Amino acid sequence: MEFTILAFLVQDGVTNGAIYALLGLALVLVFAVTRVIFIPQGEFVAYGALTLAFLDVGRMPGTAMLLVVFGIAAFLFDLVETRLRPGLPALARSAAINLVLPFAIYTAALFIVPTEPNAFVKALLTIVIVAPMGLYVYRIAYRPLSDATVLVLLITSVGVHLAMMGLGLAFFGAEGFRARPLTAGSFSVGFMPVAAQAVWIYGVTIAAMVGLYFFFEKTLLGKALRATAVNRLGARLVGVRTQLTGGTAFVLAATIGAVSGVLIAPITTVYYDTGFLIGLKGFVAAIIAGLSSFPVTALAAIGVGLVEALASFYASNFKEIIVFTLIIPVLIWRSLTTDHHEDD
Amino acid sequence: MSLLQLSDIRVSYGKAEVLHGVDLAMAEGRIVTVIGANGAGKTTLLNAAMGVVPSSGTILYRGKPVPPSVEGRVAAGMCLVSEKRELFGSMSVEDNMELGGFLRSASERAEARADLYDRFPRLKERRKQLAGTLSGGERQMLALARALMSRPKLLLLDEPSLGLAPKIVAEILGIVAELRSTGVSILLVEQNARAALEIADEAHLMELGEIRRSGSTDEMAADPAVVEAYLGGG
Amino acid sequence: MALDRRLIGFVGIAVVAAVPFLPIPPFWITLLNNIGLASLVAIGLVLLTGVGGMTSFGQAALVGFGAYTTAVLTTAYGFSPWATLPLSLLAGALVALPLGLITVRLSGHFLPLGTIAWGLALYYLFGQIQLFGRYDGITAIPPLELAGHRFFSSGSIYYVIWGCVIAVAIGARNLLDSRVGRSLRALRGGTQAAEAFGVDIVRAKLTVFVLAGVLAALSGWLYAHMQRSVNPTPFGLNMGIEYLLMAVVGGAGHVWGAIFGASLVLILKDLLQRFLPDLVGITGNFEMIVFGILLVAILQFSRDGLWPLILRALPARKRRPLPKADGALGRRKLAPEGTTLVKLEAARKTFGGLVAVNDVSFDVKAGQIVGLIGPNGAGKSTTFNLITAISPLSGGKVIFGDATASAKSPREVARHGIARTFQHAKVLPEMTVLENVALGAHLRGRSGVVRSVLRLDRAEEAILLAEAETQIARVGLADYRDRPAGDLALGQIRILEIARALSLDPALLLLDEPAAGLRHGEKQELAELLKKLRAEGVGVLLVEHDMSFVMGLVDHLVVLDFGTKIAEGNPAEVRRHPAVVSAYLGGVS
Repeated sequence: MEFTILAFLVQDGVTNGAIYALLGLALVLVFAVTRVIFIPQGEFVAYGALTLAFLDVGRMPGTAMLLVVFGIAAFLFDLVETRLRPGLPALARSAAINLVLPFAIYTAALFIVPTEPNAFVKALLTIVIVAPMGLYVYRIAYRPLSDATVLVLLITSVGVHLAMMGLGLAFFGAEGFRARPLTAGSFSVGFMPVAAQAVWIYGVTIAAMVGLYFFFEKTLLGKALRATAVNRLGARLVGVRTQLTGGTAFVLAATIGAVSGVLIAPITTVYYDTGFLIGLKGFVAAIIAGLSSFPVTALAAIGVGLVEALASFYASNFKEIIVFTLIIPVLIWRSLTTDHHEDD
Repeated sequence: MSLLQLSDIRVSYGKAEVLHGVDLAMAEGRIVTVIGANGAGKTTLLNAAMGVVPSSGTILYRGKPVPPSVEGRVAAGMCLVSEKRELFGSMSVEDNMELGGFLRSASERAEARADLYDRFPRLKERRKQLAGTLSGGERQMLALARALMSRPKLLLLDEPSLGLAPKIVAEILGIVAELRSTGVSILLVEQNARAALEIADEAHLMELGEIRRSGSTDEMAADPAVVEAYLGGG
Repeated sequence: MALDRRLIGFVGIAVVAAVPFLPIPPFWITLLNNIGLASLVAIGLVLLTGVGGMTSFGQAALVGFGAYTTAVLTTAYGFSPWATLPLSLLAGALVALPLGLITVRLSGHFLPLGTIAWGLALYYLFGQIQLFGRYDGITAIPPLELAGHRFFSSGSIYYVIWGCVIAVAIGARNLLDSRVGRSLRALRGGTQAAEAFGVDIVRAKLTVFVLAGVLAALSGWLYAHMQRSVNPTPFGLNMGIEYLLMAVVGGAGHVWGAIFGASLVLILKDLLQRFLPDLVGITGNFEMIVFGILLVAILQFSRDGLWPLILRALPARKRRPLPKADGALGRRKLAPEGTTLVKLEAARKTFGGLVAVNDVSFDVKAGQIVGLIGPNGAGKSTTFNLITAISPLSGGKVIFGDATASAKSPREVARHGIARTFQHAKVLPEMTVLENVALGAHLRGRSGVVRSVLRLDRAEEAILLAEAETQIARVGLADYRDRPAGDLALGQIRILEIARALSLDPALLLLDEPAAGLRHGEKQELAELLKKLRAEGVGVLLVEHDMSFVMGLVDHLVVLDFGTKIAEGNPAEVRRHPAVVSAYLGGVS
């Protein structure tokens, strides 16, 4: 094989790998803190990409309305719960988070969309629309199940995935979209042209990792998330509320998903169901890392990207088969090296 | 008014009831111990008081019903040092302490930490070390220190002597006894009945999920039934 | 009472048989056919998930193997449809076996993730294989044919499909109510106990996996001849998720619930596909939104599914008299008193740098009760786990009888005639006391899956149950025989564990804190029972905290502290031993 082809494949692999790394990080984060295997992570990617694509053509994205719907549902869940022990401050807080916030975002979108803003404003708006969904999804689907086993939570995740994918179809249709890049054009490194969008992907991935590192090492909330991951009961015993850490983890995951969506929207055509496959590849990486180590996840994700790039060159029809079969030996290896708790 | 008042506390695991209506009241500023054999329900009682396991009956804390969640009870000034310590093993001693003061402001945390490092110089030496690498005695000290970071009014201590060599047990219990002077009330569950009776003001004897005998530590230490079953006489 | 469940069952079957004669629109029959096909897969999932505790999202791919096998063989090689039936089932089994071998080794949540992975990979594979017609699939599959009659209409294949469903459902129920069935039901949450009584867990898991695969393949075979064309779409992950939804809706532990779940999901799907697109304004598979929400809602509000709610409305099952046993189980010939039953030679266990059990040696002889005592955290439980091979030795040996090496698994320990109880009682709360105890006699029966499904195991089953009943009566739980074990008080559950251990007909009984949680009278009865066993020549080793219970009962005491044996001897000697006094009885030195 020619060196140039290899170089292209590697570049392609690393670019995709960086996205998988972001998603893998989110999956590890959510699992460590809440024990939820977050299959719907990919849906946030699709939501992010499709939202950006709609903003590009000056259309109001369906996700803005979906956000309001999610918020109302979350508020109703709170209402049902607080009826048992009514309290005005709690109700006011719930209304602020679940009603006022999404409605404000929706209204803001309504004003911003027609002004044809620049690419960064659109990217930011996309993230602002999608990120709070993490909180609502947690509130609606997972929080009532916080005592459930990992297995039940996993089946829940599959249900959430199904519902969110269907909602994606309802709001964006079955057609695929591609967004405009954040910055157009490319430049060359030596003989090889590198798309500006790829540089964005590398930059954002690295920035996200550094940001997460500081969050977990230096802030008390970050430490509380780590503490919850290490020892859930211990965290509760020092007064760390599970809702706080769970909500934070899901918002971070949704943010990462939206960012990933913004990053890939210009380099691939995204359909309502594209996110699932992308998310699963993040999973392969996260599982290689035992759903626990951030750096290993990142490295494994690059590996998955490279395998996929090479597979698409040598056996393009079998690309998905190869990537998803890859997970099985990894799972076996993980099963053999992880302590098995019977009733979990 | 009692600091903590438990009335008719019942706890079931599945369909099997393990606490059959326990009543216990303790006044502020006291060290109260609950002794009894393995499986008597002592740990379950503390866990119920803290909200770690669901229970029926009423729990009054400072005359009012306790908040429903564990976290709410921590915020109200209760703190449980569990039998298993429940430390954050892969985090540093200092991070464990910081998290102990999660509900406190940064300045309160700094103050409490300085204070506790004075009291536990060993922890100060090891503050960068991971909690999981500490020895058994140090872990128990860290668990205590972490709990005290939240400035609790009521400390629920579950088997602080568990798995420790006698010398360290004495050291830990000495520290516990001193805590009384700082205004912390303590509900102490111990299997090591002799040691517990030495530092407590009053004691309750649990058997099969019920409190069988209660009294001052002197009365209890002299009670033939207690001696026979738990103090290894005869 | 006039109505009983059997009658309801017969009425149900009669209604199913009458349906094609009723004046109903033909698409109802088509829908019922689809429900039947899905029910077969869902029953497999009930065995796999509800009974075996293994969640699979990949069953649709196995349906695909059944369908493609007959599609290829009948269209390309001219096989007759009936001839391909065994081959289709074999294909299901042959694919499920290696997948199962991989999958059953996956623990906990890795397992369903693994099924998602192979479910996806196989779907893409179907679309790439030339022989399978890639994404276009295979058409013109011949219909089933019987005595010249070709099953073209959906009304005629209806009987084939529902005949299979009813036969499979009855077979599955038979299987669950048998010796093998008990071992399968123990897979969910009771593997440790099952293994300690000789159940081969990996084999049991594989058994359900292959059974579920064969049922999926049967569904695929029927599908191919009903639809008369196949393509990859119905064998993808989304369908796999739908099958799981059916099992969850039904309540994953109930065979009839699977049929109920399949009906509910498919009827709902039909309605949604007809009305939702009008509501949304565009076409698409919007039912997935509702299915997703339904799945989450069931997990939140009725985690055991909807079938149990229906069962509650039905008349209660009649208490079944025990079948009359023709004969009894053979008893083990116990070793003469004083024979060494187990010998620990410098048994050692380290966790990282920590020495939990430090070169401990002692032995237990036939006709002897040995107590293993020590303060909390002294290493008693770890020692117990070493003897029962729950955790591997770091050094030294644990030799049973005249064996030459240490046992490698709890199953092997059981085969040496050694029965145990657990400190944290491990019974199966949904199984009756009788069934829990009968699990203890697992190694004393032989009937396998086929005999159980066909009910050829009844004579042996009656003997096993009679033995279980004898042991239940012996420990005084006769009044609770047919109650779910979960209804018992903690003390009774401990006693139940002892009855289960006795069902193994043990030479040596290992008891982990048997007296904890027992009332005074119960303790005395337990002591009497243990003395009686001793007199019969059984050896007993008990880990115990309750000093008064131990002192009056044992012949020999071994005292541990910080993982090391600090004293050994008869109770009187040990009681006076200074190290024991200071270590065990506590006190600040």
